[in-house]
Amino acid sequence: METATQIPLVDYLVLGDEPHLVANECIQCGARFFDRRNACASCSGTDFVQVSLSPTGTLRTFTIVAQAAPGVPVPFVAGIFDCDGTTVRANLVNVAPDPRSIRFGMAARLVPVPIGTDSHGTDAVGFAFEPLEEAHK
Amino acid sequence: MSISDDVWIIGINMTRFGKHPDSDLIDLAARAALGALADSGRTMREMDVLAAGSVMDQTGVVGQTLQKQIGQTGIPVFNVTNACATGATALRTVIMAIKSGEAKFGLAVGTEKLSGRGMLGGGSRAKDDDIWEARGRLGAVAPIDGRLGTDVRPGLFGQIGLEYAAQQGLDALEAFDVFARISEKNHAHSTLNPLSTYQKRFTLDEIKNDIMISFPNTRAMCSANSDGAAAAVVTSGEVLKTLPLEVQRRAVKVSASVLRSDPWTEGNQVFPDINTLTRDAAALAYEQAGIGPKDLDLVELHDCFASAELVHYDNLGLCEPGGAVDLVRSGATWRDGTTPVNVSGGLQSKGHPIAATGIANIWEICTHLRGEAGERQIAGAKVGLAHVLGLGSAVGVHILERAA
Repeated sequence: METATQIPLVDYLVLGDEPHLVANECIQCGARFFDRRNACASCSGTDFVQVSLSPTGTLRTFTIVAQAAPGVPVPFVAGIFDCDGTTVRANLVNVAPDPRSIRFGMAARLVPVPIGTDSHGTDAVGFAFEPLEEAHK
Repeated sequence: MSISDDVWIIGINMTRFGKHPDSDLIDLAARAALGALADSGRTMREMDVLAAGSVMDQTGVVGQTLQKQIGQTGIPVFNVTNACATGATALRTVIMAIKSGEAKFGLAVGTEKLSGRGMLGGGSRAKDDDIWEARGRLGAVAPIDGRLGTDVRPGLFGQIGLEYAAQQGLDALEAFDVFARISEKNHAHSTLNPLSTYQKRFTLDEIKNDIMISFPNTRAMCSANSDGAAAAVVTSGEVLKTLPLEVQRRAVKVSASVLRSDPWTEGNQVFPDINTLTRDAAALAYEQAGIGPKDLDLVELHDCFASAELVHYDNLGLCEPGGAVDLVRSGATWRDGTTPVNVSGGLQSKGHPIAATGIANIWEICTHLRGEAGERQIAGAKVGLAHVLGLGSAVGVHILERAA
């Protein structure tokens, strides 16, 4: 029996050699969604096609969460990214959680983030973005 | 009444916001409702419709529970929730009943017990499952709050405010200073409001150095979780003419009553767009009232966080497009400025008992229009605007004018 050793945190994350996100794109109006759709929120169309997103984006805005629900490690940088016109919500990692080290519009790229291993030995893997300039150091 | 007839607020009341350990949800609602009825000179027997809201109420019948304490008259009850716009939704429901001609008098109530509650949004993170299993519409195998960005409200509204500031060319620390100035103003205003949860002035440094909740929002820049209720009695212009002259003199005209939800915009479903619906609602409200933002003598807007107040200056047209940062720095939104905003102290100091907020902000405007705001009266106030925003999203905008 073959068992998967990795599972994505969310089903719009595709793991493998080149981790990336996918979206459900409305074939009528082009609106994109990460969740399972009944119909398009923009035009009510019901036909979708899966598209891959660019693994790089720019930081639209952020917050540095210092107080969160119990069990959520703080502080962390929660960002909103523009990936070629599609908005993505993710943490910004490999950067100090300090407003002085974060620049609006900074380029970032998707990186896989380990979440944990379940009792079957399967690793859940999430994603975050890291600054592009830092990535080349 | 004819369909085009005006709608008027003839009675309105809010409890003090804050800790009410000896009052339950219904005690607070009853106090506000009976207060609004007494203010209008009417009784519960004369009400033709009741709309009531409480976001945290689990029974789903808060209106009927209230009636059992103040008068079970058999009238239709609409129990409404719409996040932070619940109170405005209750009022809007009653206004529609009056406008339709089905009701002569209507009562709207919002009530909440929120003291001691922690931060909203995000909730508590459940333990991860023993075996990963994809769940829900995202097929998530574990909670995503904190792993894929944040659900906490101070963080979300922080992102919203920072994005606006970034578009005006500010860096994050410059933006932080602007938000702190907004908070400084609202806390200063609260010192004149006896119904405010907190009445304490803070310096800019105290605000910036307070406990950080989610940058750029420190604790002082977040709305206060409070208990409270507010209620209003409304009627038509035609009925108003038959009421005592004193009621007519103190009546406040509802020149615009708008409720909107968020239209689809790119990104809205991962990052709430609170701007588009507020802009749409404001445009409709100004059109209905036949006035513009320059005509407003005071504004109560939804400063659930200091960072939110900034974007709503622009959304409500209180400044030129892109001009909200300059508006803050000019001091124009202080109570002695050209466009006083949140002279009640705003949600940061007055408090934010969610369902009460959307009627309490209207109470604040009405109290100034009636010339009854005491020490904090905005002299000669003739017209004001009240705005609330519930994340999810719903927005209420009401424009109010004093009786001629």
